[in-house]
Amino acid sequence: MAECGASGSGSSGDSLDKSITLPPDEIFRNLENAKRFAIDIGGSLTKLAYYSTVQHKVAKVRSFDHSGKDTEREHEPPYEISVQEEITARLHFIKFENTYIEACLDFIKDHLVNTETKVIQATGGGAFVYQKDSDPEFRFQTNHPHIFPYLLVNIGSGVSIVKVETEDRFEWVGGSSIGGGTFWGLGALLTKTKKFDELLHLASRGQHSNVDMLVRDVYGGAHQTLGLSGNLIASSFGKSATADQEFSKEDMAKSLLHMISNDIGQLACLHARLHSLDRVYFGGFFIRGHPVTMRTITYSINFFSKGEVQALFLRHEGYLGAIGAFLKGAEQDNPNQYSWGENYAGSSGLMSASPELGPAQRARSGTFDLLEMDRLERPLVDLPLLLDPPSYVPDTVDLTDDALARKYWLTCFEEALDGVVKRAVASQPDSVDAAERAEKFRQKYWNKLQTLRQQPFAYGTLTVRSLLDTREHCLNEFNFPDPYSKVKQRENGVALRCFPGVVRSLDALGWEERQLALVKGLLAGNVFDWGAKAVSAVLESDPYFGFEEAKRKLQERPWLVDSYSEWLQRLKGPPHKCALIFADNSGIDIILGVFPFVRELLLRGTEVILACNSGPALNDVTHSESLIVAERIAGMDPVVHSALQEERLLLVQTGSSSPCLDLSRLDKGLAALVRERGADLVVIEGMGRAVHTNYHAALRCESLKLAVIKNAWLAERLGGRLFSVIFKYEVPAE
Amino acid sequence: SGRVGPAGGLGCSESGTFGGPPAPIVFPWFGLDIGGTLVKLVYFEPKDITAEEEEEEVESLKSIRKYLTSNVAYGSTGIRDVHLELKDLTLCGRKGNLHFIRFPTHDMPAFIQMGRDKNFSSLHTVFCATGGGAYKFEQDFLTIGDLQLCKLDELDCLIKGILYIDSVGFNGRSQCYYFENPADSEKCQKLPFDLKNPYPLLLVNIGSGVSILAVYSKDNYKRVTGTSLGGGTFFGLCCLLTGCTTFEEALEMASRGDSTKVDKLVRDIYGGDYERFGLPGWAVASSFGNMMSKEKREAVSKEDLARATLITITNNIGSIARMCALNENINQVVFVGNFLRINTIAMRLLAYALDYWSKGQLKALFSEHEGYFGAVGALLELLKIP
Repeated sequence: MAECGASGSGSSGDSLDKSITLPPDEIFRNLENAKRFAIDIGGSLTKLAYYSTVQHKVAKVRSFDHSGKDTEREHEPPYEISVQEEITARLHFIKFENTYIEACLDFIKDHLVNTETKVIQATGGGAFVYQKDSDPEFRFQTNHPHIFPYLLVNIGSGVSIVKVETEDRFEWVGGSSIGGGTFWGLGALLTKTKKFDELLHLASRGQHSNVDMLVRDVYGGAHQTLGLSGNLIASSFGKSATADQEFSKEDMAKSLLHMISNDIGQLACLHARLHSLDRVYFGGFFIRGHPVTMRTITYSINFFSKGEVQALFLRHEGYLGAIGAFLKGAEQDNPNQYSWGENYAGSSGLMSASPELGPAQRARSGTFDLLEMDRLERPLVDLPLLLDPPSYVPDTVDLTDDALARKYWLTCFEEALDGVVKRAVASQPDSVDAAERAEKFRQKYWNKLQTLRQQPFAYGTLTVRSLLDTREHCLNEFNFPDPYSKVKQRENGVALRCFPGVVRSLDALGWEERQLALVKGLLAGNVFDWGAKAVSAVLESDPYFGFEEAKRKLQERPWLVDSYSEWLQRLKGPPHKCALIFADNSGIDIILGVFPFVRELLLRGTEVILACNSGPALNDVTHSESLIVAERIAGMDPVVHSALQEERLLLVQTGSSSPCLDLSRLDKGLAALVRERGADLVVIEGMGRAVHTNYHAALRCESLKLAVIKNAWLAERLGGRLFSVIFKYEVPAE
Repeated sequence: SGRVGPAGGLGCSESGTFGGPPAPIVFPWFGLDIGGTLVKLVYFEPKDITAEEEEEEVESLKSIRKYLTSNVAYGSTGIRDVHLELKDLTLCGRKGNLHFIRFPTHDMPAFIQMGRDKNFSSLHTVFCATGGGAYKFEQDFLTIGDLQLCKLDELDCLIKGILYIDSVGFNGRSQCYYFENPADSEKCQKLPFDLKNPYPLLLVNIGSGVSILAVYSKDNYKRVTGTSLGGGTFFGLCCLLTGCTTFEEALEMASRGDSTKVDKLVRDIYGGDYERFGLPGWAVASSFGNMMSKEKREAVSKEDLARATLITITNNIGSIARMCALNENINQVVFVGNFLRINTIAMRLLAYALDYWSKGQLKALFSEHEGYFGAVGALLELLKIP
């Protein structure tokens, strides 16, 4: 433990450049703006935490002043866009091997100005853990709010077992000398392989049954009739007790790995039982980012506890337990006013032992572990209408589990990257360095995708949502806050001009016809999505791709998922009290699809809460855009006008800047409004919000999930074709 | 793995007890325990054979008796532990001596062949066998030796054997013992222990692997856990690390080695005791931890490695046993199994570790007949001795 003063001059960063492969400013990002700084120098690792601010560009939309003007010209944009600088808070956590400490401290001293330095004690615990679920990959879970008490098993050269009762109350309850050092030391003796990573790699290729005496070796074939698992190890290295046989390095390494993992798992279970704990967190170099050891440890825990104890691992182990304490010190005001979200663009992936990774990636990931948390200026909470918040998982498909889907989506995101880069450059025609920044963005996102190909769990649970969010974070990183702002502006303008006509033709229909037309309109509007490859191609070539043409593209009923009849039946009944609608795209979708639907609900006597994203993502409509759009529609339509005036139509922000939707992280104001108005219908539209996420979300009220599948592969997987329709109306069980 | 097979075994109704006095059980009386590494055989040699009986005794039976009792070694690998022989024992009303014989499991085919050559099947005896090998070799016994095995649960046999052997003592001496001052080579003493209140008892059987049982009464016990890090691991690793070929050789090397050159101790890391966690400086922080360094790998001897292997395995068994004792709320722990044969280093270490880490709450006990209890239990089953 040592203190690092904020003052101090000292040597330049030259030595650092020699000892680490990356420029230090990529590791110690934002150090100049650090407001508070803490360092914990342990036996082998140094952990840094600092609270800093980042300045970045945000796109703002502002309504033109229409007062004094009766009409507007045909091609004038509906609102203006300006780019402003915004400052947000960010927490940085960095961990590195002590080998680099001198060079790093020099760099820090040189760059750290005017900050308080505090030495903190990191105790582990934290926000992201992952657990072994089904072979062969891992599943991440977000931590329970009440993680204490738990058992912390640190597997360094030996094993320490610590019972953690609160953030600052913990007790060493035991340990074992058989740990990572045993694997490494004994492994080096047995295999003449010197490096830990290489030993693990050997182990991953070995067959332990050649070295271990298994139950089936002792019992012969009879283990089956006795109900014994023949593959259980009766005696580790039991077969090597012979002079006249050679054993392969791989097999011995594997046997050693099993021996040590099983032993640690067993001791952890015995301690967990003694202290009546059912969660064990594992950390230390033996574990850190090594799927092989995490797998064997998890197996062992399941075996010895008969499934009663859960083996958990931390993605950014070691310092997350200190976040709470650090925040308490860093925030003078109420931390409940904020939420924190991981910045995928800044965080490093899980450290890897995978020899397939490029040397540069390995050097970085093996040396420096980075975690960045961005402060969101509003608190995020569960949607009060979730049926069972603890069991809610936003994502429909876990790509760490589903190799086929993973391969497809990674390729899909790779292929879409050129278009995103082009769009980003085009969004800033006046910027001289846009092309350069866009190229940097491409590199960064491309590298992340490549890491994910090798290690799907590198950044937590891999989902379509995390891929989309990572892309948004990377775009922000290089000051492309809203690449679609101009596109959205143009489309909103076009759609607004069509609105009166669309409403007129809807009003001319009979009631039953109109209901179907409204739903088709919602779906057709949803075809207009720059996020989807198939559509962006059409939009790029023909920006006036008509609303009517989109309707024609839609699948004829019966749809792929079709509960429209039930929905129609429901509409014949009493009106809903209040509908919460999560909107998707701007332009035709929100204006010609959502608003007419909203209008019909309002006319039925249903109040409407229209929830749009707080920040930009793809061409999704943002809250501020929705305000302008609503204002313009109100100018054309008395129904919407009076509803806004009388607060029967409320526009709120979701708290999110993601193309997907996490119903467990929604703006607190939205949640309060949902409660206050007694919302009894939730409408979720779009692939990102209703298919990639929330497809299986169970709510306590009626819900409508609708989307057009604008992805041929996904459509096929769901048993349909391109532009298949999902119309899922659900009523909770009594 | 749980308990193995139904208690009482299969197909053992030969000497039925239907009506009238039970028929005397025909000689020879064997109990067999076929483990992963070693076969343990106990043989009861009747010393009260009448002249009449001697005359009636078939030639094959006589030859077996002579062969077993007049030799101390059989073939190149079979050994009779003469020092363990129990003299003047009364079993089922017969007086005689109980012999303890062991040979490696890989010689089992030769043993079966010998049974065939000596025409064992003509004796119409029942072969009571326990251990995994009773299942593995059952078919060979039948097809090659024409012998029907009566397979018995190994844990039942183990407990039965221990309780019986403890009750008959060791030729007038105590069967059970413990170590006083185990860490002090000058003052260390092996002292008899009277197991008059055996229950509850934690029984740690260290063979190739380890089984740990909590015994609450003669018929009430449960298998608590087990570990694959046992005697087989010690010997297997020693073979790989030192090129030794026998268990005796491995132990002999270990007795001359220094494990602190191989292991990383607490004091190697913290310079002394690690007071924050209450760890003494001499405690091993990382087994084989020094072997992460190339220089240190080059500086150790085979003896050091053998010693470190022994210490690693033994400490680990002690640690698991201690945790089980705590979880089961039992304070006497009996260590048995052939890993402890001629292995004073391990026994003293177990005694010391249990005492030290439990702050005197746990007592490590040992038994003279270490690895033979399963075989004794099998013999008792044959004789229907409850």
